[in-house]
Amino acid sequence: MSVNIKLKKGFDIKLEGAANLSVASVDQPETFAVKPSSFVGFQRPKMLVKEGDVVKAGDPLFFDRKQEGVMYTAPVSGEVVAINRGAQRRLLEVVILKDKDIEYREFPKVSVDSLIKEDAKKTMLESGAWLELVQRPFAVVANIEADPRAIFISAFDTHPLAADTNFVLKGQEQYLQAGIEVLKKFTSNIHINVDNSSNIMAGLKGATINTFAGIHPAGNVGVQIHHVDPIRSGEDVVWTLTPQGLAIIGKLFTEGRYDTKKLVAIAGSEVSNPEYIETYVGARLDKVLSKKVSGSNVRVISGNVLTGEAIAKDGYLNHYDNLVTVIPEGNKPRFFLSDGWLAPIFNRLSFHKAFGLFAGSSKTYKLDTSLNGEERAFVFSGQFEKVLPMDIYPTYLLKAIMANDYDEMEALGIYELAEEDLALCEFIDVSKHDVQAILRRGLDELRLA
Amino acid sequence: MKFLHDLLEKQKPMFEKGGKLEQFYYLFEAGETFLFTPSTVTKSKGVQVRDAVDLKRMMMTVVIALVPALLFGMWNVGEMHYLSLGEEASFMDKFLHGLIITIPVVLVAYTAGGLVEVAFGVIRKHPINEGFLVTGMLIPLVMPPTIPLWQVALATVFAVLIAKEIFGGTGMNVLNIALTARAFLYFTYPGDISGDTVWVSGAPDSFSGATFLGLAQAASNGGVAVTDYIASGITNFDFSVESLVIGTIPGSIGETSVIAIGIGAIILLVTRVASFRIMAGTVLGAIAMGLVMQAFAANTYMSLPFYYHLIAGGFAFGAVFMATDPVSAAHTGAGKWIYGVLIGIMTVIIRVWNPAYPEGIMLAILLMNVMAPLIDYYVVNANKKRRLKRATV
Repeated sequence: MSVNIKLKKGFDIKLEGAANLSVASVDQPETFAVKPSSFVGFQRPKMLVKEGDVVKAGDPLFFDRKQEGVMYTAPVSGEVVAINRGAQRRLLEVVILKDKDIEYREFPKVSVDSLIKEDAKKTMLESGAWLELVQRPFAVVANIEADPRAIFISAFDTHPLAADTNFVLKGQEQYLQAGIEVLKKFTSNIHINVDNSSNIMAGLKGATINTFAGIHPAGNVGVQIHHVDPIRSGEDVVWTLTPQGLAIIGKLFTEGRYDTKKLVAIAGSEVSNPEYIETYVGARLDKVLSKKVSGSNVRVISGNVLTGEAIAKDGYLNHYDNLVTVIPEGNKPRFFLSDGWLAPIFNRLSFHKAFGLFAGSSKTYKLDTSLNGEERAFVFSGQFEKVLPMDIYPTYLLKAIMANDYDEMEALGIYELAEEDLALCEFIDVSKHDVQAILRRGLDELRLA
Repeated sequence: MKFLHDLLEKQKPMFEKGGKLEQFYYLFEAGETFLFTPSTVTKSKGVQVRDAVDLKRMMMTVVIALVPALLFGMWNVGEMHYLSLGEEASFMDKFLHGLIITIPVVLVAYTAGGLVEVAFGVIRKHPINEGFLVTGMLIPLVMPPTIPLWQVALATVFAVLIAKEIFGGTGMNVLNIALTARAFLYFTYPGDISGDTVWVSGAPDSFSGATFLGLAQAASNGGVAVTDYIASGITNFDFSVESLVIGTIPGSIGETSVIAIGIGAIILLVTRVASFRIMAGTVLGAIAMGLVMQAFAANTYMSLPFYYHLIAGGFAFGAVFMATDPVSAAHTGAGKWIYGVLIGIMTVIIRVWNPAYPEGIMLAILLMNVMAPLIDYYVVNANKKRRLKRATV
C-alpha cells in the first residue's frame, strides 16, 4: 500500500554553486579507478588482475575474501596500469587506462519475463552490478546469502547540491523499468519513494510508489524505510539502491553489458559554471577540475558536503557518487571579536540561533571546511532529535556505541541507521563530535561480532 | 590580528608533546582558543562543512542573558542598603554601592572556580571547558549581598570539585554546579545565607530584612493571612505584587527582579539555548501546585494566591537559569516536561509545607537533578519498547 508522508524535522543546507542542467563538453578522463574504500565494510581483497592485464568493462578485478562471489569489476575497458597500495599493503585503487572505444564483456541478453532468480543473481554478481545493492542493516554491499524482505529506492536526493534525479535519468525509463522487473525476482515488495508525481520514477510499474515531502533528510532512504516499513532486527534484511544503480541493473539485462555511464554533477562555490559531465564510474577528475576550478586552497569532495569524502584534485570519483563538490578550505584562524566566537556571523550557516548567529537556511551560502570550534564534551541535549525525523534518540545511541554496549545499541535502533541519516547531527553538533564515524564503529562492531 | 596569532603559534611548540611546558597544554589551549577559533578543518570522511556554532558561543549567550539580572541586582543592592539606612541616594550612588559589593563576589567566584578548573585540566589532561563562564556568573547571583568572600571561594571550590570534576568534568555532572555551591553554604553556614539579616548590605542592627517567603512562613504560623501580615507594618519593605515583579525587594543579588530575569528568559528562548519545555514546565508545575494549595487552604500560607509563588523568592531565577542547565536536567523531550513540572510542584511544596526551608526552588532543582536520569531512563525505555513491539509484529 502506498503511503504519503510529510516530514517536518530536518535542515536544508543551501550552498552556492548548484549545477546547471547542462552537460559540459569535456574529454573523457584517461584513467578510471576502482577503490575498495568506496565500499563500506570491504575487508580483504583477492586480486584477479595484475598490472599490464587488459580488461573489458565488466571483467572482474578483485573480490573480497570475506564475501566471495561478489566481483568488483572494471567500469571501462583498457589496460590495468597501476595497483596502488598504501600502508601495510592495503589496496587503495586499481587504475585502468581507458580504451578509446569501450569494449564490453558480453552477458546474456534475456527477456525479464523468462529470467529466473538464480540467473539474475549470477549475472549481477559476475558483472559487478551486485555492488549497486546496498543492504540495511549496516549499509554495506548486500550479503549473497540473505534474501531481502523488501527493496527501497529513494527517487530523489535532498543532500546539499545533489544531482537532479530527473535530469541524470532522462531517457532511461526503460532501463529503470527493466531494473524493477529484475529486482522483482528477489522480492515482490519494492518501494519507490518519490518527492512528487513529476518524478521520473513515479510512473514505474510493479512497485509501490510512496510520496515523501519535507526538507533534508526526507530523501534519505533510511528515513523513508523508517516511515514505510521499519527494519526490525539485525537479521531483517532490506536492500536499497540508487536510481542510477537501478538503471545499471536494467541495462545489464536488456543490453547484455555492464555499462556504468552516468551523469555527474560538478558543483560548489569554487566551480566556475557548475554543470554536469557524462562519464563512467570511477572517473579521474583532474581534466574537468582543471578546467572549472581555478583556486588552489580548495577541497574536492566526491559526493556531497554531508557524507562525501575529500579526494585529491586528481583523485577518482567514488563508486556510488554522482556529485563532485568543490568548496574552499577553512584553514585559517578566526579572531574571537572579528569573526570568531563572539562576533556576529552573517555568512556562515547555522542551525542554531545562539547570540550572534544570524545566518538561517533561507539563503545560499559559500561554506568552507572550518570546524568552527573545538571538540568538547556533550553539553546540550535535544538538538540532534530536531534534525532526525525518526523515532530514535541519537545521543543515547552514540553514548551506547562509545560504551560498547551491544544490547543498548540494538535496542536504541542502530540497525535502522546509516551514516547519512546522522550526518545532519554531525553538522549541527555544538561539541563537534564525529557522529558518523562513531555510528560506523558501532555498526562494524555488531556486524563483525 | 595576525601578529597576535603568529605570536601564539610561536609559543605553541613549548606546550606540545615533548615541549618544556607540555603539562600546561590545556591551559595554553584555553587561552589560544579563547582568542582564536583554531584553523582546524573537517576530516576527509564525514561532514565536510560544520555549523558556525561552538560551545563558547552557546555559553556566552547564557552569560549575556544574565546581564540584565546582574545589572538590576547591583542597583537593587544599593537601593536596599539606602532604604535600610533611611537615606535618600541618587541612582548612581545606589548602583555604585551595589557594584562595590557585587564585583568582588563575581571575581572571587571566577578566580576560585577557574583555578580548580585549570588545575584539573592540567592534571587530568582535559580541555578547560567553557561551562565555567556561566557557573562563575551564576554563583554570585544566588548569593546574598552580605556573603563573606571566603565563603564564596570555599563554596565555589567545593562545587566545582565535588559536583563536577570528580564526575569527569563538564558534561558529566549530575548536580547543577551553582546550586551545589549555594546548597553547600546553606547547610554549612546557614547563618550567613538565610534568615532575616543577610539580605541587605550594611543595614543597621535593629533593621529587620526578612524576605517575603520568610514573612509568609511567619504569617502562617501566626494564623494571619499573608498579605494582611505584610501590610501590618511588620516589614520596612514594600512587598506588593508590583515590587515583587520589578524586584525592589531584599534577596540574593540576582534573583529579585522578575522583569530582568524575564529579559534573560526571552534571550534564552529566542536563541533556543535553554529549553522551553523545562521553563514552561516549571512555571506550570508551580501554578498547578499553587492552585491545589489554594483549593485546600488549610492554613494561611496555602491560601496565598498562586501567582505569588512565581514572583517571590528565587523561583524565576531558578526556573530560567538553573533548571534549564542542559547537563543536569533531563535530556529527552518528554523528560524535560516531566522534569520541569516536578520542579515547580516541589518548589511550592517545600516552601509551604516545610518550615525549615523558606525557599524551595534550590532544593527542588537539586532533587530533580538527581531524578533526571531516572526520568530519561523511562522515556528512553518507552522508545525501546515501541521498537521491540514492532519487531514481534
